[in-house]
Amino acid sequence: MSKQKVDTEVDSVKQRGDVSQDSEQQEYSVGEILKQRGVSRRDFLKFCSAMTAAMSLPASFAPSVAQALDEVKRPTLVWLNFQDCTGDSEALLRAANPTVGEIILDILSVDYHETIMAAAGHQADEALESTITKYKGKYLCVVEGSISMKDGGIYGCTSGKTHLEIARRVCGSALATIAIGTCASYGGIAAGTPNPTGAVGVMEAVPGATVINLPGCPCNADNLTATVVHYLVFGKIPAMDSKGRPLFAYGKRIHDNCERRPHFDAGQYVEHWGDDAHRKGFCLYKMGCKGPATFHNCPTQRYNEKTSWPVASGHGCAGCSEPDFWDTMGPMYHRLPNVPGFGIEATADKIGLGLVAGAAAAFAVHGALNALRKDKEPQEPKEG
Amino acid sequence: MSDSCKFKCYIWELPVRWCHWINVVSIVTLAVTGFFIGTPVSFAGSASDFTMGWIRFVHFTAAYAFAVSVLSRMVWSLIGNKYAGWKEFFPYATAAGREKMNKMLRYYMFVDKEVPETIGHNPLATTAYFALFLLYILMILTGFSLYAQHAPQGVMHKSLGFMYALFSDQGMRLTHHFSMWLIFGFIINHIYSAWLMDIKEHGSEISSMFSGYKFTVKKEK
Repeated sequence: MSKQKVDTEVDSVKQRGDVSQDSEQQEYSVGEILKQRGVSRRDFLKFCSAMTAAMSLPASFAPSVAQALDEVKRPTLVWLNFQDCTGDSEALLRAANPTVGEIILDILSVDYHETIMAAAGHQADEALESTITKYKGKYLCVVEGSISMKDGGIYGCTSGKTHLEIARRVCGSALATIAIGTCASYGGIAAGTPNPTGAVGVMEAVPGATVINLPGCPCNADNLTATVVHYLVFGKIPAMDSKGRPLFAYGKRIHDNCERRPHFDAGQYVEHWGDDAHRKGFCLYKMGCKGPATFHNCPTQRYNEKTSWPVASGHGCAGCSEPDFWDTMGPMYHRLPNVPGFGIEATADKIGLGLVAGAAAAFAVHGALNALRKDKEPQEPKEG
Repeated sequence: MSDSCKFKCYIWELPVRWCHWINVVSIVTLAVTGFFIGTPVSFAGSASDFTMGWIRFVHFTAAYAFAVSVLSRMVWSLIGNKYAGWKEFFPYATAAGREKMNKMLRYYMFVDKEVPETIGHNPLATTAYFALFLLYILMILTGFSLYAQHAPQGVMHKSLGFMYALFSDQGMRLTHHFSMWLIFGFIINHIYSAWLMDIKEHGSEISSMFSGYKFTVKKEK
């Protein structure tokens, strides 16, 4: 994308911002708010560079990102918690880049978040209601947790309303919904067999909504920030794959960006936990690593101030950002899933070997019987 | 032993024989390399080696050869002689085919004593081949779907999009791996039956796959 095009898009963002932002609280641009909060220009530019990298854009885009963020008005955001463990909120609160107090809450005007908001009870309900009425079609919605669909969704309720009802109302009139974490994206752990609550992701529960999936358990907060920044800078949601995930974060397999990949290609594998190969940091393929089956930017984006990620710390990928991971990515420490219908621990190889041995035995018996039998050779046709 | 002379019939045309032997070589290569890819052995002495890399390269090259061979054989079933034609693979569709199949089954089950002679394919074999070709297609689709993930959003990845909707990623691996065992089962059956009919028919069953000629007491119609 050319710089000129970005500039035009930045202009369009500004115009839209002028029309849509009518709250007194939101008249300040992101740049002004940061200045008020005492965030130095240097830190701001560092943040912009990090976001540019997270969006997989070349470094030359950093000034455009900075310029756009300087001028854009912060969007209103509501955060809904459904069937979840609040792990994604935790991940966000511990986000290093930016820290939540310094930048995220300043970029996003979080008007409703049950875990961190001061208001409670009816006050909280009113905050949500007034936000979605006032900014209808203009606010961003973040959903954390799966939505129960069974029996009218009665297995998940907040303030007397089912999550399904809340999701349809709030996500339905949002500008865009960000499904954060695997549960909100695809149902996640709650949707694991036998899925007693009929849990599904937002895309399935609210088919008409514009949904961006950010799966992961938890979602990497940097990817959430980058998605919001992408929207602020370009005025549109990022390009997505067939599973509704932004390509900048989920466009490549973990296996293809893994720091242990050279050991895979070489043929150096961990055979047992704690063996010499494990201590040397060899490939975890044989220990059931699901990196070859998982699309995510963990190897490059990492977690906890980019300190580490599962494979770096010596444990294989669990495949947490793929649909139905709880059912399809197991067993965690085996290369292949068990064969369904053959009981626990029945591997494809055991069954296959049994099958082949059975066939060989059957034909050996058949061959022996044939060697003993006296039969007639093919005869000429009997016609005269 | 039949005291009459036998008729020499040209059954297997060159493309049929080529496809057969390319399939043999590529399936053996794919099975050996594929088994290693599924359960690798730590051969490498240093991280600069490329053992797994080369094994995967051989696997993918053989996969392309196999896919081209299988597709060519399918095309040839439309343009080749009657023994290569697609109708051969559904013997139970015609009354004559059902009779041939019935005779062959009775012989295999030790009911009949007379060896039923077939010019062209054994009807039981073609029935198995039809199932085998379905397995081949499944193997090719799951294999290339797994392979295409190295270049997401590429042409191959996009055109195989339906596969990712039908299978989970690990489900695709399991299917690909288990189908190999089913093909092994077929190979045992196939080699045994070829050996058996070569002995019983005296029609050069096995060498016909090299020469294309079979020898029969009944004249080809």
